[in-house]
Amino acid sequence: MLSVRARKRLPDFTLEVDFEVRDEILVLFGPSGAGKSMTLRMIAGLERPDAGEIRLSGRVLYARDPKAWVPPRGRRCGLVFQDLALFPHLDVTANVLFGAPSRDGQARGRLAEMLERFRIGHLARRFPAELSGGEAQRVALARALMADPDVLLLDEPFSSLDAETRRAVGDEVVAAHRTWRIPFVFVTHDREEAERLGDRMLFLRGGRQVAPPG
Amino acid sequence: MIDWGPVLLSLRVGLTALAFVFVTGTLAARAMTRRDFPGKDVVDGLLVLPLVLPPVVTGFLLLLLLGRNGPVGGFLEGSLGIRLLFTLHAAVIAAAVVAFPLMYQSAKAAFQGVDARLEDAARTLGAGEARVFVTVTLPLAWPGLVAGTVLSFARSLGEFGATVMVAGNIPGQTTTVPLAIFFAADAGDMRAAGTYALVISGLCMVLVVALNAWTRRRKPNWQRRARASRAADDRHSSVTRC
Repeated sequence: MLSVRARKRLPDFTLEVDFEVRDEILVLFGPSGAGKSMTLRMIAGLERPDAGEIRLSGRVLYARDPKAWVPPRGRRCGLVFQDLALFPHLDVTANVLFGAPSRDGQARGRLAEMLERFRIGHLARRFPAELSGGEAQRVALARALMADPDVLLLDEPFSSLDAETRRAVGDEVVAAHRTWRIPFVFVTHDREEAERLGDRMLFLRGGRQVAPPG
Repeated sequence: MIDWGPVLLSLRVGLTALAFVFVTGTLAARAMTRRDFPGKDVVDGLLVLPLVLPPVVTGFLLLLLLGRNGPVGGFLEGSLGIRLLFTLHAAVIAAAVVAFPLMYQSAKAAFQGVDARLEDAARTLGAGEARVFVTVTLPLAWPGLVAGTVLSFARSLGEFGATVMVAGNIPGQTTTVPLAIFFAADAGDMRAAGTYALVISGLCMVLVVALNAWTRRRKPNWQRRARASRAADDRHSSVTRC
């Protein structure tokens, strides 16, 4: 379980969030600049909140008082970036293996499984620039899950895809969630996508959680 | 037949200076691109200063610093008995100080060109800072670091003004090619001066041409293949349009 209580002053407003995610898909939904991405970055440890507490699977990742801070590399938070951030100089195999906990034969076995699972086995030797939008998405999902995270954070990962691919990769996320059974936090500003993918929805506006409009 | 001593000496001074400059320039650039602190602009200015100062002025400042009564030179001579001025070490220091900004500037531009999100991605995948640097930052910044290396090496080969101030002209010890040219011409030996000038020009030319060829042809695998596949896509789509 992931529990987030955090406050952070930003140039335009103060971001204040307080929520819990069980093994479900929580959609963070709201207009651009509402603090959705910042929330994910605080969970992943890429930004430091000013106050609050973040816990994941019983571990305290951040707390103001008593002070606690786990650096990103120790958080076990998978993060799929908006532009995916695949390593351009590494092929698909090396990208997916980057976060694998061990580099022994076991990781190799899991790699084959993972490539199979996301139907990217035939792309193993390709570089990110040689992938289509949907393929790159699946590689990014595989890379994040290969690190064996306790939570998967997805930051508007489909914003550059056409509607059809978007729907297909969305189904992929739901299917992955059924397999992994860990909390997923999915950020989007697309209402239809939010309703289709989310078990639960959290509406964010100007840094505050509000009841979703109509 | 010319005396190859100065040429070999120049290479030795240049390579030794380069070893220092590569490490310090890269580390300084890394620190300056990733950190913010008060007075950062001033520090940056100081690091680049030897590039814009006349080399003779840099040499003069080094002379004050390294001399018997200077803070560094005084300490070294007083407590360790090491004399720097008018030795090969001084020539290396002069070359390194003057070449440093070129390495620093190139490395800084290279690091700034690396997408910070890729480094963040590596961190969320469990990589510590050292692994992020070695597996993500360095490979992506590599072309800029190579360019900086070549430029600063060429610069240290040709260093004259600062070198003559702190290392003087001691044949076989501190007479690098630029000094040999100056003193040969000064003594009216235009033939020797011309030969050395030709040698050093040729060397620098080879370096720069090799660098250009390297950056153009040895494009990293992933960029070349990406271009090829995009070109293939374009051809494909134009066929389907017809």
